[in-house]
Amino acid sequence: MSTAALTETKSAPPVEKIKVKVDGREIEVPKTMPDPISGKPVPTTMIQACEIAKQEVPHYCYHPKLPVVGNCRMCLVEYGTPALGPDRKPVFNPDGTPKIAKSPRPAISCATPISPGMEIYTSTPGVKQMREGVLESLLINHPLDCTICDQAGECKLQEYSVDHGQSASRFVEAKVHKPKAVDLGPRIMLDAERCILCTRCIRFTKDIAGDDALGIINRGSFNTIATFPGMPFDNNYTLNTVDLCPVGALTSKDFRFKMRVWFLKETKSLCTSCGTGCNTVIGSREEKIQRYTPRENDAVNGPWMCDAGRLNYKWIGRDDRLKNVLVRGQKSTWTAALTEISEKLKNAPAGSVAIIASARQTNEELWLLSKLKAKLGAVSDSIARSGAEDKLLVSEDKNPNTNGARLTGICYTEMGINLVKIADGIAQGKIKTLIVFGENIIQRAVSNEKLRERETISEVVDEHGITAELLAKLDALIVSDILPNETTRLAHYLLPGCAHAEKRGTFTNVNGRVQKFMKAVEAPGDARAEWEFLHDLVFQVTGQNGFATMEGLFNTMAADVPAFKGLAWASLGDTGVTVEI
Amino acid sequence: MAQEYKLILKHADAPGYTPDIECYLRHGGYATLRKALALTPKNLADGKTLSAPEQIREEVKVSGLRGRGGAGFSCGLKWSFVDRKSGKPIYLICNADESEPGTFKDRQIMHKDPHQLVEGMILSCFANDVHLAYIYIRGEMVEGAKILNQALKEARAKGFLGKNISGSGYDLEMHVHRGAGAYICGEETGLIESLEGKRPYPRIKPPYFPAVLGLWMCPTIVNNVETLCNVKHIVEMGGAAFAQLGTPNNTGTRIVSLSGHVQRPGYYEIEIGKATIGELIHDPKFGGGLRPGRTLKAVIPGGSSAKVFKAGEKFKLKKKDAEGKEILVETDMLDLPYDFDSLAAAGSMSGSSAIIVMDDSTDIVEALANISEFYAHESCGQCTPCREGSLWMSKTLHRLTHGEGRAGDADYLVKIADNIPGGRTICAFGEACSWPVQSFVAKFKDEFVAKGAADEARRAQQAAAPAGQKPLAAAHH
Repeated sequence: MSTAALTETKSAPPVEKIKVKVDGREIEVPKTMPDPISGKPVPTTMIQACEIAKQEVPHYCYHPKLPVVGNCRMCLVEYGTPALGPDRKPVFNPDGTPKIAKSPRPAISCATPISPGMEIYTSTPGVKQMREGVLESLLINHPLDCTICDQAGECKLQEYSVDHGQSASRFVEAKVHKPKAVDLGPRIMLDAERCILCTRCIRFTKDIAGDDALGIINRGSFNTIATFPGMPFDNNYTLNTVDLCPVGALTSKDFRFKMRVWFLKETKSLCTSCGTGCNTVIGSREEKIQRYTPRENDAVNGPWMCDAGRLNYKWIGRDDRLKNVLVRGQKSTWTAALTEISEKLKNAPAGSVAIIASARQTNEELWLLSKLKAKLGAVSDSIARSGAEDKLLVSEDKNPNTNGARLTGICYTEMGINLVKIADGIAQGKIKTLIVFGENIIQRAVSNEKLRERETISEVVDEHGITAELLAKLDALIVSDILPNETTRLAHYLLPGCAHAEKRGTFTNVNGRVQKFMKAVEAPGDARAEWEFLHDLVFQVTGQNGFATMEGLFNTMAADVPAFKGLAWASLGDTGVTVEI
Repeated sequence: MAQEYKLILKHADAPGYTPDIECYLRHGGYATLRKALALTPKNLADGKTLSAPEQIREEVKVSGLRGRGGAGFSCGLKWSFVDRKSGKPIYLICNADESEPGTFKDRQIMHKDPHQLVEGMILSCFANDVHLAYIYIRGEMVEGAKILNQALKEARAKGFLGKNISGSGYDLEMHVHRGAGAYICGEETGLIESLEGKRPYPRIKPPYFPAVLGLWMCPTIVNNVETLCNVKHIVEMGGAAFAQLGTPNNTGTRIVSLSGHVQRPGYYEIEIGKATIGELIHDPKFGGGLRPGRTLKAVIPGGSSAKVFKAGEKFKLKKKDAEGKEILVETDMLDLPYDFDSLAAAGSMSGSSAIIVMDDSTDIVEALANISEFYAHESCGQCTPCREGSLWMSKTLHRLTHGEGRAGDADYLVKIADNIPGGRTICAFGEACSWPVQSFVAKFKDEFVAKGAADEARRAQQAAAPAGQKPLAAAHH
């Protein structure tokens, strides 16, 4: 058997590479690349080759995750292929290089497959002239209302006009007028005059979200994006069309007119609304969150996120946030409260303390609680919450860090089975101290912020026996939370915590992806990041130290938790690392 | 002298000829189909065997038949592109969306001799292993659709459609589908999208070549009505005999739609290249000349999207001299043979073979404004340059024909037009809307400039007039 045959049988052959030239520079590119929708290998296109060559080709309708339609004509390039003689054999120049036959017609780089020896020209006078022509066409009927347009600052029409357009307009006719401020659906507003008809929104909602809700009506220059009459554009992914829209045609009702995008501070974060852990960018200004947008991570959410998650930020800025440390209802200080609590815990008999943590807490916080648990011989658990899932992103698990709670040993694989034990322990007077983090343990069902009247996103919390009457039997109820609720009102010690946007940390998503998020805004009042004060508490109760920074804490935890072995804060990168769960 | 040559229209206008199947059968109809279905495999000298369908495809190739819809692409070549190994069904669509302004040839066939089309289609389907075919007819042709549906019903009743056609074991079903009234549905991939129930946005090529990824992503043949009728005659008389008609590389006959300022507008079937534009306009057998006292100004030779010819325009055409050497011969526009290649060599096209004649009474700017308005209305709006450019040109021409022109509008129009064609759009509509503008302005620039300059002068005069005497400003905003 030959060696070639051996290697062939060993593994699938790697994708064949072919050589092309982009603006005179030779590069090697895979012959095929996966189709964005089916995932099947399809011929690599010119625009993909140019991207590999790091040569930007301006485009509007093309999007790497959507089907190609080739309608905007912005990505037109010139090209040539190796010339063939009458004998169908390649022809060479006197210097031995292959003679290139330049195509008399340009090609859209988004849809034209590459071929061996192809030369792509992206910056010839002809290409520049075509881009100028397309931009002129797009601008003649565009309202040019950048000063009041929400897209200004992140508008591809602005950017390409500066980079590739002409400075003066020749247009002296009357502009086409189209509908403005069209209520497309509960979260989306359309300005049809700004629309450049790239159809990204149509393709996204049809091919990605699976809701064939948008289309084009009328003809020619009067073309207008529209819904079916009487059928609002309303699925859980509509706001992605605002991200996809290269201009200010589709705007988010939540964000429009709120803030100039160039004033926004952008912070890499995660969505906490379910176990998927979509990567996000928090846009904030002066300690106020203005919007969430998805951050591309092909291992998790691609470039998308759901509307419910995207709009689930308003609670962070609520006026009734817990801002004070309270000891038996009286305002106190962190030092005083933590000293008192640690004294209590140090003296607590083994088995007299129980911990109910939240799977909305970070891996680091849960791990710190597990250190307390070990020292105190405490029973611990967490509260599962579940709801509807969908085919695209939304997980049935409504906690962002269920796996973190499991891997740090706060709960068993089946979350919540210890709650009965805790309830019994309190009832029998065995458990005297209860530590509760981030959970209103008296409540059973939570209704999230309403997306729309007929589809309230609700989370169901499993039935357990802990009631207000039981809590009254405790010697000490130590509660940390972010917003006030029945449990925080009963607390003997109330420690105000932080939303994820106000701290750093990591979550482990439903698939075991360990991902980090950064701090976007300051917490209100005396509220402190849980990992910070838990570190103090753990030090005071157990004497363990050495993780006063997030980096140090994460690395110490990674060394301690088997599933996280080998991880380091720095190596997580922006998109995380998947661990065995 | 040029003569009419009635091949397709042999019976259509004969007295007493009716569109029903009995009449068609009386005139020898469906005999060719029966003959074709009975063909036996043919052994070739090189040991290969040609099946009956392959024999028909070969005849069509030999015939040199070129598409009669507009592009003049070789029919045999088009059929040879069909992906026959995909395992998917192959579809055939008859493009009966005749929409090019000036063109009214296909409707003669459909209205008067529908079974000729049906027979041509069945033969074409048989030749290409097609078992389901569609006739996509222009929405406005309500009567045509009725006649064709009746014809299909009759053909089905006689066993020419359906299962086991004439006992041959070959099955074929055929449907008439009416468009909803859009010019772009005549573009083959736009037509396919429309037939699939979608907006008729032409598809990008690559990858959606109809021969590979056509209707329902299956291999598909789209042929014009007249082209499909020709297939019947090719099978009947043989490809080689058909190729004797017309001129080399421009074989067969064409039905020319002649309209505008001639004495006898109408449709005339000629052998391709055997009559000149001048003969078609002036010969008493054809157009019969201009109206009395008029002189020729311009001719659009191939439907309104073709580039215009100016009267007196001369072209250098390649010809072979007595010794067979290639020489350039100066040819007057009127002496151009009416065929695919000569008109292309003269910078225009025979397109859908519709000749529009304009005499000296024509306001050329108005004529272009009319054409431009049509294309602005019919642009599907998919590609940016055509969507925005077609309306821009139309608005400019509207302004220029309503007293609001500028002397610079001529150059302005050409600059707009230059940004649209030449591969900048998905389909050839970009060319269709910009070629008239480019050619009209290039060939009649003085008229465009004069009109704009006159408007400018009038406006200057009005601005200079004392306040009290100021005439009302033109109300064309």
